[in-house]
Amino acid sequence: MDFDLTEEDAAFQQVVREFARKEIAPRAEQWDQEARLPVEVVHQMGDLGLFGLVLPPEWGGSGASFTAFCLAVEEIGWADQSVGITLSAGVGLGAVPIYRFGDDAQRSAWLPDLATGRALAAFGLTEPDGGSDAGALRTRVREGPDGWVLDGAKAFITNSGTPITSVITVTARHAHGGVSAFLVPAGTPGLQVEPAYRKLGWHASDTHGLVLADCAIPRDNMLGQEGSGYRNFLATLDDGRISIAALALGCARACLDAASDYARTRNAFGGPIGRFQAVAFSLADMATALEAARGLVMRAAWLKDHQRPYKQAAAMAKLYATETAVSATRAATQIFGGAGFLEENPVARFYRDAKVLEIGEGTSEVQRLVIAKGLDLPVSP
Amino acid sequence: MNVVVCVKQIPDPAQPGQLDPGSKTLKREGKLILDDSDAYGVEMALLLAEKAGGGEVTLVSMAPNGETSGLRTALAMGAAKAILVSDDSLAGTDALGTAKVLAAAIKRAEPDLIVAATESTDGYTGTLPVQVAEILGLPSVTFAKSVDVADGKVKVNRQTEAGYDEVECPLPALITVTAGVVEPRYPSFKGIMAARSKPVEQLTVADLGLSADQVGAAGARQEVVDVTAAEERKAGEVITDEGDAHERVVAFLDQLKLI
Ligand SMILES: Cc1cc2nc3c(=O)[nH]c(=O)nc-3n(C[C@H](O)[C@H](O)[C@H](O)COP(=O)(O)OP(=O)(O)OC[C@H]3O[C@@H](n4cnc5c(N)ncnc54)[C@H](O)[C@@H]3O)c2cc1C
Ligand SMILES: Cc1cc2nc3c(=O)[nH]c(=O)nc-3n(C[C@H](O)[C@H](O)[C@H](O)COP(=O)(O)OP(=O)(O)OC[C@H]3O[C@@H](n4cnc5c(N)ncnc54)[C@H](O)[C@@H]3O)c2cc1C
Repeated sequence: MDFDLTEEDAAFQQVVREFARKEIAPRAEQWDQEARLPVEVVHQMGDLGLFGLVLPPEWGGSGASFTAFCLAVEEIGWADQSVGITLSAGVGLGAVPIYRFGDDAQRSAWLPDLATGRALAAFGLTEPDGGSDAGALRTRVREGPDGWVLDGAKAFITNSGTPITSVITVTARHAHGGVSAFLVPAGTPGLQVEPAYRKLGWHASDTHGLVLADCAIPRDNMLGQEGSGYRNFLATLDDGRISIAALALGCARACLDAASDYARTRNAFGGPIGRFQAVAFSLADMATALEAARGLVMRAAWLKDHQRPYKQAAAMAKLYATETAVSATRAATQIFGGAGFLEENPVARFYRDAKVLEIGEGTSEVQRLVIAKGLDLPVSP
Repeated sequence: MNVVVCVKQIPDPAQPGQLDPGSKTLKREGKLILDDSDAYGVEMALLLAEKAGGGEVTLVSMAPNGETSGLRTALAMGAAKAILVSDDSLAGTDALGTAKVLAAAIKRAEPDLIVAATESTDGYTGTLPVQVAEILGLPSVTFAKSVDVADGKVKVNRQTEAGYDEVECPLPALITVTAGVVEPRYPSFKGIMAARSKPVEQLTVADLGLSADQVGAAGARQEVVDVTAAEERKAGEVITDEGDAHERVVAFLDQLKLI
């Protein structure tokens, strides 16, 4: 067994850490306040190769492992969860499905810009009437005179309305009942991007509802085989769960770092508060949970990189790491006392940002369902 | 245009450093990293070589234990190859000795331009580059805040206390660049992977045609006589505004010659 990263992954982790510390952390509060996705930083991250990491070189990527991608998501998430989800969703939900399920024409149309952070893509699965129950899809597709015509609505779609959004993959049901995925280029008539949601957290991440009304797209824009939409998005979500878990690691580590520093320097009753066991043990628990979560995340990524089954491992990593992140933000704000309740304190931002980790790409309940099914229990649905 | 960049590999300044009690110099046994000061030189060199439309950037470094971690970082930024001088007999080498070693190594790369930082982060004597230039018999321009190469000449805006001087000199030459001369790029994942297979030529003192008594403790003409702990930083002065705060701030900055 070997717990070391490869030399290159370790060097890359250092670079991304440095980048996140210098280029992202100092401006995270401002982006959060302005509720603005920093497109210029997406470009910079593209130059670093973050958006193309897992894509092969012929499509503008660098052929790195999924583990390397998770390392990058954690480091970016340590500085700013909104920018972290922009990366995680941009790659996992945006670019990768086009690479995995697309044909070469579709790949060459979209991937080079996605791999370099010049453009972002989104994935629209969730609908106003169904998220966890993704099979209850109501969006319809029919054959039109020159291709496909989509009608329906999508909810909570990350990266769907940025100034550089190039394409949105949406799932839709045929009259015959099967589900397929379709590439809808930004600006297609009939695709209406609703105003951005006002969210509890992830303020600098871009999330919109979409309306598809007589939205006509070319025949070649079906992504993958007809009727394979359901199977393909389930596969997509398994990967996304690991990278959301990596994002949660960044959140928990940021809280541990900030709260430990504070516990060493904040004085009460004649000395640093870190000498109270109530504070020190809270940090000890946080550090232990973080390490356990990291073990799950790295192992899930490793299984994927080694072409082993990883569905259960991904669900466990997502469940445990995101719940660890939420607990860590709660403990960290407590250690900061009143200062933890101020917006100028990053832990206050992490506190708001963490909750959605337990919801997006499958709620904690859905992860438990997946895990329980893996135990061969008669759980429903 | 071929450019050599002197890059120093230093103990991570984020970690607490330790002095060797005997020689009173910094301990350098562990992993070394690229001195941040030299990232500017590497970036400058890459930009100048790109602009010249050809030629290579070669790194030159002297460091103990065959250490290449810092060189890999600079190679990942885009430098083509590196020369590393590492030799047990170099222990105790002073600044002039280091300059002799670097000069001999640089000569092998036959550069049109040599770039170094104004001073290193750990030793910061700021004496090394000009000694290298002197040994090589080349002109040197220090404290560059911007650099351009055209028509076989290097044009430098040289930082001064009052502003800057515009200086020009024929190539080959040596320049030292200040932090901020250009913004160093972050190495990309592709760059890191490519750096794995870039050549790093490892040389000994003998390979450079130097004799052991010119370098190391034996050749050192400097000696660290004493080391004292730096004074602990005092708490800053808080100026409370009683109508005259702006005057007191101006007077304070004036006293520091900052305005
Ligand atoms: C900021 C943000 C960004 C998002 N980005 C995207 C995106 O890019 N693309 C996309 O397609 N979607 C996206 N989503 C949607 C997200 O994946 C869904 O919100 C999530 O899957 C939950 O679906 P829902 O909101 O419809 O909740 P529901 O499915 O209605 O669930 C409500 C509650 O019931 C529970 N529940 C439901 N079914 C069961 C069950 N069988 N057993 C036990 N409990 C159950 C849930 O766990 C939850 O607690 C995003 C959401 C947010 C908030
Ligand atoms: C008596 C004595 C004994 C010493 N013994 C040792 C010893 O055993 N081991 C040891 O490591 N140091 C030792 N030193 C320190 C060493 O001599 C200096 O660190 C070295 O000469 C560079 O000086 P500096 O860092 O002040 O360079 P500066 O002049 O501040 O450096 C300016 C620039 O020159 C370039 N440069 C400097 N050093 C190097 C390098 N090594 N490789 C490539 N480029 C470089 C870089 O671009 C750097 O930014 C000793 C010094 C003395 C006086």
